[in-house]
Amino acid sequence: MTQVVLNESLSQFSLLFVSSAMAFLALALVLFSFQLVKLSTAGDEVVAGKADRLSTSERAGFVMLWVATLVLGAGVVMRGIAAGRVPWANMYEFSISGAFLILLIYLTALKIRDLRFIATFISGFALVIIFAAVSLFYVEVQTVMPALQSYWLVIHVVVAIMATGFFSVAAGLHIFYLLKASGKAKALFDRFPTLVQMERVAYRFNVVGFVLWSFTLIAGAIWAERAWHRYWGWDTKEVWTFIIWVLYAGYLHAMATRGWTGKRAAWLGLVAFLSVIFNFTIVNLFFKGLHVYSGL
Amino acid sequence: MASSFLSKLSFWPRWFWRQLTSMRNALLLLLLLAIAAVPGSVYPQRSADPNGVAVFYDNEPELAAVLDSLQLFDVYTSVWFSAIYILLFVSLAGCVLPRTKIHYVALLAKPVQTPANLKRMPEYVTGTGNETVLDKALAVLKKRGFRVQKQEGSVSAEKGYAKETGNLLFHYALVGVLIAVGAGGGLSFSGQRVLVEGDTFVNNLASYDSFSPGALFDESQLEPFSLTLDEFDVVYDLANRANIGQPIDFIASITADLGDEIVTDEIRVNQPLAATGANVFLTGNGFAPVITVFDGEGNITFAGPVVFLPQDNNMTSLGVIKAPDAIPEQLGIIAFFYPTAEKLVSGAYTSIYPDPISPLLTMNVYTGDLGLDSGVPRNVYALDTTNMELIAGRNGKAPAIELEVGQSAELPGNMGSVRFDGLLRFASLDIAYNPGGIWVLVFALLALGSMSVSLMVPRRRVWVKVLEGGKIEYAALSRRDDPDLPNVLQDIVTEIEKES
Ligand code: HEM
Repeated sequence: MTQVVLNESLSQFSLLFVSSAMAFLALALVLFSFQLVKLSTAGDEVVAGKADRLSTSERAGFVMLWVATLVLGAGVVMRGIAAGRVPWANMYEFSISGAFLILLIYLTALKIRDLRFIATFISGFALVIIFAAVSLFYVEVQTVMPALQSYWLVIHVVVAIMATGFFSVAAGLHIFYLLKASGKAKALFDRFPTLVQMERVAYRFNVVGFVLWSFTLIAGAIWAERAWHRYWGWDTKEVWTFIIWVLYAGYLHAMATRGWTGKRAAWLGLVAFLSVIFNFTIVNLFFKGLHVYSGL
Repeated sequence: MASSFLSKLSFWPRWFWRQLTSMRNALLLLLLLAIAAVPGSVYPQRSADPNGVAVFYDNEPELAAVLDSLQLFDVYTSVWFSAIYILLFVSLAGCVLPRTKIHYVALLAKPVQTPANLKRMPEYVTGTGNETVLDKALAVLKKRGFRVQKQEGSVSAEKGYAKETGNLLFHYALVGVLIAVGAGGGLSFSGQRVLVEGDTFVNNLASYDSFSPGALFDESQLEPFSLTLDEFDVVYDLANRANIGQPIDFIASITADLGDEIVTDEIRVNQPLAATGANVFLTGNGFAPVITVFDGEGNITFAGPVVFLPQDNNMTSLGVIKAPDAIPEQLGIIAFFYPTAEKLVSGAYTSIYPDPISPLLTMNVYTGDLGLDSGVPRNVYALDTTNMELIAGRNGKAPAIELEVGQSAELPGNMGSVRFDGLLRFASLDIAYNPGGIWVLVFALLALGSMSVSLMVPRRRVWVKVLEGGKIEYAALSRRDDPDLPNVLQDIVTEIEKES
């Protein structure tokens, strides 16, 4: 390992970019919420035949979302350059890289499927993550301890973050699915895709997330074998990675089990996603284990 | 009647079996497994954190006893956790074996009979043409990788058998993982050894400080090799003010005699040495001051490096020396080592940097009975001072002894003298081997690969049927969620019509 010279002024710039991404996200969130309100109060004639066209507020919202993503991306890259390594070695860095990937995955997916209706969820979720990162998890750039100096860190963590990105989009779909299925605010939810469509798209995202998560689990075991001399030791973080994997396997089964699709599967997907969040926050911060890298 | 009696007798087992192998119960068992794994992250586990269990017992002995009786300190080997995963895997076998047979038959069979009413299929379009369309359809579908069969007035085609193959392979691979984990755990061993610079480890049971074998381990598994720690280096971050003193690399330079060759190599934190039949990992390090103790008659009663256990980030370290043969009385020493010593206002010392810049050794010296003869095994890192008298140290007759490298000091009352000869480092090594590991990896990768195939490959059926009066029906069906199906069918139709 060569000596890395940390660039602290660049890391300050990075923080500036990450923080300003929040402003753009907040703007996007306001615009998307405005759009939802408009949709739920508009008469049928507004929407008929125009379902695919972007309204002004929605278009402005997506411009803001793109700007937020680019600004955040710049912040993440600068953080990496400042630290002289990949920018995902502590909780602050996981968070900003994670928020960036969630936005990127969502914006890319938009090109393939019409997922506009979860834009509020995505922008709000990314905003919460970055806010938590900056206000709760922030640490100065540091060199990493020897156990973390491994290319398995790069692979294992980046794939875990990507999996989380896919799970997040699916979670947004589950939430909107359950809202729509509850039968409330019919005027608004009638404008959204059908329940079956939502369920299918959520399934696709969870499938990709699950494959990536399985890879994370294997890569983690290989890394553990290198660093701690056993591939699996039921360390708290390993336990939760396992629990999450089993829960998503359960979700996939539910989707193939008569009587378990629909609301039940959506709830199960949400519970699995809550464990992902739990694993990242509570387990990282408060549970004792070998994986001490929150940096706090 | 006997037969009805028998059928009654077999009712419950069969009912149980059918329940166990139903999808719904597989799902419930999976969820149960996830829930059962949770307590293992809440309570300390003996396997991962034995010290945590001991601390729990000290703090809350009654609660600890209750938890222990529920096996909550050994969740992953507990009866209830094992019961869940064993049931799950029995269910898995009961589910996958019959499906394998069905799939095998399907693989050999021709595509299904074209259904009478194609209008009921999820995708359905019509066109015009005559019998020749069927030959075009055969060619087009075959080119697209479908398995095709010309039937009476229709073509039936099917594709994506890999979905089911992948799914079955995935579940078998899980069984493989389970077996490899179990067998590997049984045949594995791991042991620890603390090695001071210049010392040699020889791979036999006597050389280990501690050793934990798996249930099937046999001593003959230990391959002969030896390993000498030539030098141990720590690299500190000097480039960044905020991180001064943070270690960024630990390097154990070694010479290993692997039987057929002698190699010099480095062991680092993420970089074990692959020796014959074992991997050697670096798990810890510290200082080993070289100390000589003379007794009251001037004889050397102790000489050599002493392993000091690090107490903080700046490597303040604690060591113990026992000299049972000293004359006139046995000597015991509790010593502190400060790599970069600084005196506090209280008069005590602290270390302010982990590298030895101004190393200092301080000693509290005791005389009396070391208690080594009582037959009770004694911890080499602890000194039992109940039957001893403090002759030099805080609150003792004389002040604690302070030595820099090369210095020596007399003990009070003509009890002897001590000398700080030099400073070495030590490395804590883990020597571990798990022959199952590679198989776990192989099956895990097989599971990952086959699962990806299963989840990504669509299983589709396509039919083309010629009706009276030149009408052609095209229909498609997919086994699971398949948003592309309409486009795929449309493409096929276009292609067939283009060729016509
Ligand atoms: C160790 C326990 C199990 C785990 C971790 C597990 C996991 C999975 C996963 C991840 C999938 C989706 C990937 C794929 O299709 O290849 C799947 C699919 C499937 N599993 Fe399991 N499984 C387990 C036990 C079982 C059992 C006991 C049954 C039978 C009752 C079963 C029946 C199925 C079926 C039928 C599918 C296909 C679902 C579909 O068509 O999408 N599995 N399983």
